[in-house]
Amino acid sequence: MMIQIFAFYLFALLTLLAALSVVFARHPVHAVLWLILAFLSSAGLFVLQGAEYVAMLMVIVYVGAVAVLFLFVVMMLDVDFAAFRANTARYIPLGLLMAAVLVMIIGLAVGDWTTSSQMAERRQSLTPLIDENHNTSALGELIYTDYVFLFQSAGLILLVAMIGAIVLTHRQRKGIKRQNVLSQMYRDPKASVALKDLKVSDGNPQ
Amino acid sequence: MIGLEHYLVVAMALFVIGVFGIFLNRKNVIVILMSIELMLLAVNINLVAFSTHHGDLTGQVFTLFVLTVAAAEAAIGLAILVCFHRNRHSIAVDDVSLMRG
Repeated sequence: MMIQIFAFYLFALLTLLAALSVVFARHPVHAVLWLILAFLSSAGLFVLQGAEYVAMLMVIVYVGAVAVLFLFVVMMLDVDFAAFRANTARYIPLGLLMAAVLVMIIGLAVGDWTTSSQMAERRQSLTPLIDENHNTSALGELIYTDYVFLFQSAGLILLVAMIGAIVLTHRQRKGIKRQNVLSQMYRDPKASVALKDLKVSDGNPQ
Repeated sequence: MIGLEHYLVVAMALFVIGVFGIFLNRKNVIVILMSIELMLLAVNINLVAFSTHHGDLTGQVFTLFVLTVAAAEAAIGLAILVCFHRNRHSIAVDDVSLMRG
């Protein structure tokens, strides 16, 4: 139990520290690296709560895909990032004000709420005991039965995002020589090769 | 023992840091996108915390969908960013006012 408390505070502090560093990072590459740390330590928080599948998904999807995507874009764009940091100090008071207001609003909700007395009966899908069924297989059973249509539409969202990203970023550059396979295959020897009869010593007049 | 409130406080702090990041880096679209990711992470922490607290797996299923939408949003946002940078050679948010009448 002691180690759980220690792990919680470790992961929570790491998450918040990494998030603050994302916000204050001087260069976006550093921000992306801190973002990776934030996702990894929040995956630790999920493991502590017994949500192993979501934690591993966090690592695979965010660290493996989204963060790498961010890194690619940050490194690909040739932008003077120092210019963006020029007068950010101007925005700190307004940001702090908004943050304080948000903390107060959310704090009201966090500090004062009660669970409905019907909560125990209204649960949609009980978490199985860990001896009977593991988190991943329990979640899988739920996804492929009750939530199968939502799951499929989540796949469709990803498909649309993939096609949209390709359409947005793909371009045909002009003035670049490319290989056109079809025109190579359809090339006819009769149309492209000419056989000429030459008389002896006619080609090289002396 | 670590209760539900601990996780809620962590999620609240993370969400507020995300909002603060949008205010602080309001010219840099990349960091704004990262701040949005932080806010979605806070939402996920909340969902998983309530899910385990009540013993109801539905919250974790919903986390999957939030994750999906966040990944799609990051991909599309970065694609728009690359497109914008190609046309205008800058990613400053202030330049994105061409549609204004």
